[in-house]
Amino acid sequence: MLEVKNLHKVYDGHGRRVTAVGDLTFSVPEGQFACVVGPSGCGKTTLLRVMAGLLPATSGEVRVQDTPVTAPPPGLAVVFQEYGRSLFPWLRVRENVELPLKAQGMARAERRELATEALAAVGLADAHSAYPWQLSGGMQQRVAIARAIAYQPRVLLMDEPFAAVDAQTRADLEDLVRSVWKQFGVTLLFVTHDIDEAVYLGQRVIVLSASPTTVAQDLTIDLPAERDQLTTRADPRFTELRGQVYARIQKVKAPASEGAPA
Amino acid sequence: MVAVAARTSRVTGRRFRSVTLGVLGLFGFAVALEVAPRIGVVPIDFAPPTSQILVALGEQFGESSFWTALLQTLRTWAIGLAIAMVAGIVIGVLLGSLPIVRAATATTIEFLRPIPSVALIPLVIVLYGPTVKSTLVLVVYAAFWQMLIQVVHGVADVDPVARDTALAFRLSPWARVRYVVWPTALPYVITGFRLAASVALILTITGELVIGSPGIGKEIDNAQQSNAVRTVYALIVVTGILGVLANLLTRLVERKVLSWHPSTRAEEVTVA
Ligand SMILES: Nc1ncnc2c1ncn2[C@@H]1O[C@H](COP(=O)(O)OP(=O)(O)OP(=O)(O)O)[C@@H](O)[C@H]1O
Ligand SMILES: [Mg+2]
Repeated sequence: MLEVKNLHKVYDGHGRRVTAVGDLTFSVPEGQFACVVGPSGCGKTTLLRVMAGLLPATSGEVRVQDTPVTAPPPGLAVVFQEYGRSLFPWLRVRENVELPLKAQGMARAERRELATEALAAVGLADAHSAYPWQLSGGMQQRVAIARAIAYQPRVLLMDEPFAAVDAQTRADLEDLVRSVWKQFGVTLLFVTHDIDEAVYLGQRVIVLSASPTTVAQDLTIDLPAERDQLTTRADPRFTELRGQVYARIQKVKAPASEGAPA
Repeated sequence: MVAVAARTSRVTGRRFRSVTLGVLGLFGFAVALEVAPRIGVVPIDFAPPTSQILVALGEQFGESSFWTALLQTLRTWAIGLAIAMVAGIVIGVLLGSLPIVRAATATTIEFLRPIPSVALIPLVIVLYGPTVKSTLVLVVYAAFWQMLIQVVHGVADVDPVARDTALAFRLSPWARVRYVVWPTALPYVITGFRLAASVALILTITGELVIGSPGIGKEIDNAQQSNAVRTVYALIVVTGILGVLANLLTRLVERKVLSWHPSTRAEEVTVA
């Protein structure tokens, strides 16, 4: 369960004042898969960092599992966009996945089991003893996802996790995230700038406006639960929803590009 | 696989060539020092030819007093270096992790750091006399700053994404130091160790020479007092060898503990 109430965030420093988030209110019920799309610079990463307790809000409130966030909340995991820098190059794949559990003081056998299970779930059962930098970008992002799963979170936040991988890998990872969500029943907030991806993945798409950021549209994605890269994307309903989100984004982007030659 | 093999052999080839060139250069230097006094470019009384220095060195190896002095020097060097390392790492990690403390101490550090260790000689003689303790103070003082500066830089080098990851997964402050800060700082720590080791050696010898605490430095002074010029040079050669050995040792440790680091990865490719 995630709640954002009148969230407002201003960055102030180095002689520059930026309103990153204007006034944001929405909530994600337990177990929902929600996607957030919005134009670049509208404060998506900022929103995620506030939710993860990595950044204080200027005003307003974020609640995770009914508790106001003041520090990184328990039961919440984050998958960062910069997977290469988010994995620790001095630890092997398995050690990376186990580290958060080890830091919690979990017994060796138990965390090994969780790590093995998580790595199998992302299709990396045979990469335990590799170093992250010996893996491809897509594999590294899967390790980051495995680390998040092994942590057994109730809430999972993902910030444009597939922005830097190729189209084929991206499609595979999208299906992986859907299967992980179904298998582990987490509440998932997925940030992306890709409208197709948002509609394909989510049960719901939250469209953010350009800065000062507010919720421009909150759309329920009533596509069948069983999704498939080929049939779902060819579904007329998919095209329709995608068109709606696209039109909305064009509209919220308009004020920013006013006066600019087309 | 072919590319890997080619790279590996190119790396070894390059290393082989640089070692050969290094040995050749050293040999040329030895020949020049052999010839220069003999043809009268430098006075033979003050600069004995290489061959005579080597003979004197051989004589030293036969003396038990030489080995005692060598052990004393190694001991002072190692103890001083160990104290400087531990203090530099602990204080460096603290300063690096607590910006307020760093800001509060920055000026003091900038003031203390440039003070040459040898300027403390009169002070330590008054305090401890011609003892190993006096020399140790100089060694620790000089080596500590080398260590501290590197560790502070290393701690500041922690990747913001890595730090956020550790925070988001609720690693305790201690776990963050242990699993994130320390591995990030390790390459800097090793560089600091290399710098500190050579500075510590210099000050160990200086202390023994000037203060008169037991060791190779004092032997050099004794030899000079009794006009044994060749022995003086032989002992100087020994200090040089110590420096080279320290460097080799550091590189060995570096390759072992930093196998994951980009600077050493290339040679590990064969594993894949
Ligand atoms: N640390 C910071 N200090 C100052 N301003 C910042 C900082 N981080 C972000 N901003 C500003 O806040 C605004 C929102 O940034 P944010 O990174 O949240 O956007 P985003 O929606 O994630 O963009 P993108 O889609 O490009 O990743 C931008 O105008 C940015 O310049
Ligand atoms: Mg972003």
